[in-house]
Amino acid sequence: MKSVLYVEDLTVSFDGFLALHTLGLIVESHERIRLLIGPNGAGKTTLFDVLSGHVQPVNGRVLFKDDVSLLGRSPYGVAHLGVARKFQTPSVFPDHSVMENMVLAAGRKGLHSTLRSHGSRADHDRIAAVLEQVSLLQHASMSAGALSHGQKQWLEIAMLLVQDPTLLLLDEPVAGMSRVEKDRTAALIDDIVARSTCTIMLIEHDMEFVRQVAGRGHRVTVLHEGAVLSEGSLEHVQSDERVVKAYLGRGQLVEA
Amino acid sequence: MAVREVVRLILAVSIFVGPGGVLAAGPASDLESLAKRLAAPATQKQALAEAAESADPGLEALLRALKEGGLYLYKDRPVLLADDASLKDLAGQPVLDNGQPAQLSSGQEAVTLDESLFGAVQAILQRLEVFAPQAATRRSAAFKLGASGDAAAIPLLTRVLAREKDPGVRATVAEALAKLQLASPDPASRLAAVQALAQSRSEAALPALRAVMASDPDPRVKGEAGDAIKNLDAFLFRRNVLGYFFNGTSLAAVLLIMSLGLSVTFGLMGIINMAHGEMLMIGSYTAFVMQELFATHFRAHQDYFFVAALPLSFLVAGAVGLALEIGLLRFLYRRPLETLIVTWGIGMILQQAARLWFGDQTSVSPPTWFRGGWEILPGLIFPWSRIFIIGLALAVLLALALLFYRSYTGLKIRAVMQNRAMASCLGVSTRRLDALTFALGTALAGVAGCALSLIGTVDPEVGKTYIVDSFMVVVLGGVGKLVGTVVASLGIGLSNKLLEPAIGGTAAAIYAKVAILGIVIVFLQWRPTGLFAAKGRAAEAT
Amino acid sequence: MKLDRHVAALAVFGIVFVVVLPLANAAGLLSDYYLNLFGKYLSLAILALGMDLIWGYTGILSLGQAIFFGIGAYAIGMCMMLEGSGKGVYGEPVPDFMIWNQVYQLPLFWKPFKYFPLAVLGAVLLPALVAAAIGFLTFHRRVRGTYFAILTQAIAFAVWLLVNRNEMKLGGTNGLTDFKSLLGFSLGRPSTQRALYVVTAVVLLATLIICRWLVRSKAGLVLQAVRDNERRLEFLGYDVNVYKIFVFALSGALAGLAGLLYAPQVGIITPSQVGVLPSLEIVIWVAFGGKGTLWGALLGAVSINWLRSVLTGTYPRLWPIILGALFVGVIMLFPDGLMGLGARVRRFLGPVRMGGPEMAPQTPPSSSRPGEAGVLLEDRR
Repeated sequence: MKSVLYVEDLTVSFDGFLALHTLGLIVESHERIRLLIGPNGAGKTTLFDVLSGHVQPVNGRVLFKDDVSLLGRSPYGVAHLGVARKFQTPSVFPDHSVMENMVLAAGRKGLHSTLRSHGSRADHDRIAAVLEQVSLLQHASMSAGALSHGQKQWLEIAMLLVQDPTLLLLDEPVAGMSRVEKDRTAALIDDIVARSTCTIMLIEHDMEFVRQVAGRGHRVTVLHEGAVLSEGSLEHVQSDERVVKAYLGRGQLVEA
Repeated sequence: MAVREVVRLILAVSIFVGPGGVLAAGPASDLESLAKRLAAPATQKQALAEAAESADPGLEALLRALKEGGLYLYKDRPVLLADDASLKDLAGQPVLDNGQPAQLSSGQEAVTLDESLFGAVQAILQRLEVFAPQAATRRSAAFKLGASGDAAAIPLLTRVLAREKDPGVRATVAEALAKLQLASPDPASRLAAVQALAQSRSEAALPALRAVMASDPDPRVKGEAGDAIKNLDAFLFRRNVLGYFFNGTSLAAVLLIMSLGLSVTFGLMGIINMAHGEMLMIGSYTAFVMQELFATHFRAHQDYFFVAALPLSFLVAGAVGLALEIGLLRFLYRRPLETLIVTWGIGMILQQAARLWFGDQTSVSPPTWFRGGWEILPGLIFPWSRIFIIGLALAVLLALALLFYRSYTGLKIRAVMQNRAMASCLGVSTRRLDALTFALGTALAGVAGCALSLIGTVDPEVGKTYIVDSFMVVVLGGVGKLVGTVVASLGIGLSNKLLEPAIGGTAAAIYAKVAILGIVIVFLQWRPTGLFAAKGRAAEAT
Repeated sequence: MKLDRHVAALAVFGIVFVVVLPLANAAGLLSDYYLNLFGKYLSLAILALGMDLIWGYTGILSLGQAIFFGIGAYAIGMCMMLEGSGKGVYGEPVPDFMIWNQVYQLPLFWKPFKYFPLAVLGAVLLPALVAAAIGFLTFHRRVRGTYFAILTQAIAFAVWLLVNRNEMKLGGTNGLTDFKSLLGFSLGRPSTQRALYVVTAVVLLATLIICRWLVRSKAGLVLQAVRDNERRLEFLGYDVNVYKIFVFALSGALAGLAGLLYAPQVGIITPSQVGVLPSLEIVIWVAFGGKGTLWGALLGAVSINWLRSVLTGTYPRLWPIILGALFVGVIMLFPDGLMGLGARVRRFLGPVRMGGPEMAPQTPPSSSRPGEAGVLLEDRR
């Protein structure tokens, strides 16, 4: 497998407004994390929408693992292929316990399977391991709605991890977190990279966090107005004049 | 019996006198001598035969008196007994005896009419109705004569045609003449009659034409009749379809006013108001109450009850809606399923309260300005009341469009519809706007109800009858979209009225409703968010 | 083994309703009238359970459950009518009302219902199929929430309109009535009614058990997740439509089953029980009792129908107003229903268990036996 994700000429239109405009992107199979940054409205979340089957483009190709098209599928079909998506605002099941959330995320999803059992022992072991990984094991019977904001984000990540995805799409995982929580999240992401083989695509605005993650040698893609503006290491994109101009119009890319 | 004899007699006489020739109305003395002969039993029959030919205007009073036992002979002069017991001569002038009103000798009997001749007198009187003062009476008399098949009426009708000025009556008389001439022995005049009937475009001509086509000896006449029937059928079909379109449009108008209100509240606040139908009901009952009020206190201006009812129904329904929103619905913000249930409960309460207070069937008589209609084609009348309703709907639509797109309030409403939080941050008082907009929605339903009272009964069930259609309109047209609501109302209103006659039978209205429901479900397969839905992320809110 | 309070409740219910009441009736202590009334309430409770499954647990408001109830009731009604009617033109039984309407031959769609097994099967399967069809046509197109509610309401309205027509050969406005016997047993005899009651109670008990099993299974978890965050479920890899169609069809089957048990005990089925208003009433039963609790559905169905029996006798003209006020009051004032009241009272009286769910540390499940993981999924309702 040469590339985990191959995007070519992707165009998405909302009633005439081009959210994505002939966007092209390749995430190679050896890459563990790809960071996506860019000003608001650049199309980052829209790209995730396309990748997860939520929105269909008017034009373009999206290939997963070299030859599987992600287009024309429903979200649940895409999830079955191994693409897991975390939403911008934490999306868990607030009326259920942490454990119940995990049970829902793990195991088989067909009606006949769910009627029969809550999951095998292997499933439950895996759930425990993942909960341990995100430090939520001790809260297993707590109601998910009672968790703190940061904990909800980790729960959602845990729910995705337990499915053993090939491509993990994280949309602003540290939004609304405290400094301490952000550090823990960065450590979590490192842990995920170390322990599993999935590829992570990460959208973030917090440049400190981006620096923390990108500093391990991961590539950064800058989106602007629906297309790729610049790509490369963090230093490379930070010194790219076009990027600076795009951000200067709306704020600082480099923190004081 | 006697009538047949009289007819034969008349035919015999007319052969002498010739078709088209009628005894001219002579001076009153002719009438007097006729009257004297009528008074004598021996000459009564023959006198009647003569009378059949006469077109004297005074004949009517004479014959009527004879029939009703009001004809007397006073000093050998025929006189009529008037309602006030005074005596009048045949010209209607009071009879004087030395300057004093004449009196009959006591015990004097009226001239008796032989029983067997009663029918004949009736027939003549009927025919004479073509000279009545009211156009409607003349018209119906002419129609009856045409349907009677009595060829002797032909000369009479021809005279009438020459004198008649009213176009509607003329058309009926011409048609009656043509019908009678269908029985003429001369094929040429039959042909002419068929052509005349074909041009008349009247539904009533069809049976006569069919009879001709079936049994006429002359092939040309037959062929002409066949063509005439085909053309007439085609015309009638087009005319009826036009009628259905019109009815469909007036139904759509009512539906539109009602659905605009529903669409606004649903679009703005996500509230499903199941009591919306009862708001319609409130509007109808407001009209009824106004009618009763005016009947007791302002009888002279009865018609103006409607002028009062229209704005009042707007206000009353709006007030009820406002109370509902402030008292109950504001606490159910963002819980559409719960509001559905609560509003249904309110609807039930209102409906039963109305039933207990007003009883089950009350009705509103439209003001006299709205009676009758515009006869756009023969046999097709667009009632003024329905034309008014269509006009009202257009006015409401215009007012709403102006409110939404040209006023500051409308701007605020649209802002809250699209992004409530942001609008609130910008200083829009969403609470007040919600309350006012909901009240506007229910007020519109009230207006629809008031309009509806013109063309239907006023009863507690009226809300339930229209609510399902109204929801279909909102679902179909896309929530909060003015254009969508108009298109969907027209669609559902027209489909209802076009499907009904197509299905036929007594239950047609019901099957039409069911069919439309099926169509809507199928349509939603193809376009689940309605005809004109909002696209993009904002639309996902529902 | 600690006594699960639900199991205890089920046991109590079973003993009282399945054993004690019919025995009391047989001994003459409980009148036939009241036993029959209970039988009616219990069959309606089955209907309410179906509604709770689809609305309380899955969050789908269906305003057309009365349609499915009607299919079941009419199915068995047709069977009973055919059993008790005179002979028609072709020697086969034809119901009286058809003969009065000058229909002398049995319409084709009536024929299968002559056979009791087919009638029973039809009563339960037909509504499930109809529900599945409606679900298939609507859920796939993302018709949900309020649109779905309006649509089911409109369908109920249309069905009501149609069933009222004599041409439909279902008895028109008068419906089907005057049932004489079922399977040879005369419906007038108290022993038959007692047997019907027992069957109803047993079926209700079985339904309760099955429903409880379902909501505690992973599938039940999924259904509740549909209610809470359908989008998230989809992105986790669930074909949500399949679940929705399944639970909708199940609720339809339960409604049909309820109708099947209702008609022989009440003796009549009319179009007024198949329409928008009865569908809404079912919602109120569940809301009043407390949705999403199963027992709430049972409580609500029994209490409101009991209330209706009492009030329509003494204040028939006020009943619609009272019912309407119930609609408003239940939703506004106690949205958690009777069961919610009970929970509030219990919380007020103080916790019985030691420590709340947040406090006890859990041992990792890997050291526990399979099946005990279910303990962590305790039903908190």
